[in-house]
Amino acid sequence: MGLCERCKKAQATFHLTNIDRSGNKTERHLCDRCAGEEGLLHTGKPTLDVDELLQNFISTSKSGGVDLSSLVCDQCGISYVEFRNQGLLGCPHDYDVFKEPLTRLLERTHGATQHEGKVPKSLDAARKPQRDIRRLKRQLEEAVAGEDYERAAKLRDRIRELENS
Amino acid sequence: MSGPLDQVARQPGEWLRGTGPLHEIVISTRIRLARNIRGFPFLPRADVDTRREIVETVRSAVRRATLLKDHVCVDVDALDELDRTLLVERQLISRQHADGSGPRVVFFEPSEASGIMVNEEDHLRIQTMRSGLQIDAAWEQINALDDALEAHLDYAFHSQYGYLTACPTNVGTGIRVSVMLHLPALRLTNELEKVGQAARDMKLAVRGLHGEGTEALGDFFQISNQITLGRSEEEIIDDFRNVVIPKIVEYEQATRQALLKHRPHALDDKIWRAIGLLKNARLISSHEAMQYLSHVRMGLHVGRLDNIDLPTLNELFLQIQPAHLQKLHGERLTGEQRSIERAAFIRARLHTN
Repeated sequence: MGLCERCKKAQATFHLTNIDRSGNKTERHLCDRCAGEEGLLHTGKPTLDVDELLQNFISTSKSGGVDLSSLVCDQCGISYVEFRNQGLLGCPHDYDVFKEPLTRLLERTHGATQHEGKVPKSLDAARKPQRDIRRLKRQLEEAVAGEDYERAAKLRDRIRELENS
Repeated sequence: MSGPLDQVARQPGEWLRGTGPLHEIVISTRIRLARNIRGFPFLPRADVDTRREIVETVRSAVRRATLLKDHVCVDVDALDELDRTLLVERQLISRQHADGSGPRVVFFEPSEASGIMVNEEDHLRIQTMRSGLQIDAAWEQINALDDALEAHLDYAFHSQYGYLTACPTNVGTGIRVSVMLHLPALRLTNELEKVGQAARDMKLAVRGLHGEGTEALGDFFQISNQITLGRSEEEIIDDFRNVVIPKIVEYEQATRQALLKHRPHALDDKIWRAIGLLKNARLISSHEAMQYLSHVRMGLHVGRLDNIDLPTLNELFLQIQPAHLQKLHGERLTGEQRSIERAAFIRARLHTN
């Protein structure tokens, strides 16, 4: 890491590579302060309003063939539009009634659509091996992505063990 | 002015005991689980009678669960505004629960280490709290409490989506792990934005003292998970225990050491000005007091002060809050009266110490 090219005192922490239309590359290396003085940093705090994102997402979603505005739960009477406005569902059954748009919403907010983890005891015993395998497979992917092959090998063996049991 | 919660205001409360692993920086560890009962609508669709029925259903489950036999029940709907705020300041209920309407209660252990809000955003919000970084202890207890309740309640659970919640942002495990951190050095050196960015990269939220929508008072910040679906409780907890919290703690500690080494006078100035103000102010807001107490707390932990003890300081953080102050004073106070009383209270506590 070199020094800031502007003040030549502080560590350069800001690296900008600019490529113009004809493909010419120019590089700049500045410290935080100089980058700030040159107006290259966003001074305001980044704002991420989850509720707003969620709102925008729900209101722009169009379901394949299903008119979202006509979806209404036959048990609690809440419509998809009401849910969209208040952000809260009306009853557990809504998860099935609004399944299609909700699945996409869950994919966006959680990056997943399948529960992992605790299950009520009454339902637990039968499903445990499948859940363990699913969890281990995800951990295996992570280990491989992180190039932790020792851990990956252990996870692979554990998965085989469970699959053959 | 007397009420059921008078005695509560005099206790230090679990989360500010100032003990536990990494307690110099990690104030408390809190876990909550969102649960709903099958057969009832979620709260937006629950009328007063339904809400009452939910309260009674949970009450009956709590009574039958021996693990919860010491939990006391407080009827939040029947409390006045002051007592509700007292519970919010102690983190036994949320601001949303305090400001809600209709039948709603909270069950909590006398030690305040665990509690169950009934009829907040979900039918049940179970929580456990520990001082310092004690994620495993908090998880073990909440997992056991959840099992004990489940033995007598039929939870709304979906094979694909897990525990069903009123807001889809909590569905799945329904878990929220919140770790409260005291980060005065990172704040003084304007490094907090980096912590915020790192937290966002890991899909974690950074909030102020009392959670959602609150500002960072006295350099206290809560870090909590956002993702509840697709990752198990253990995986979520592991991230906190092994990655996120140790990194932030190390960063704060390194920054404190750097300040001690390179800017000792600036650091001492912050600490001793804070002492001077707290020992001499005649009018002080809770916001201002929290900020100075924060600098004093840092002063203690970096070894620049030794004539103030930590328990006193920890009690002050809680007892200068508006509702606690009025409870301890024994009568309701206007804003200016509170500032006078708060200043006098702090002076008395710091001078006799």
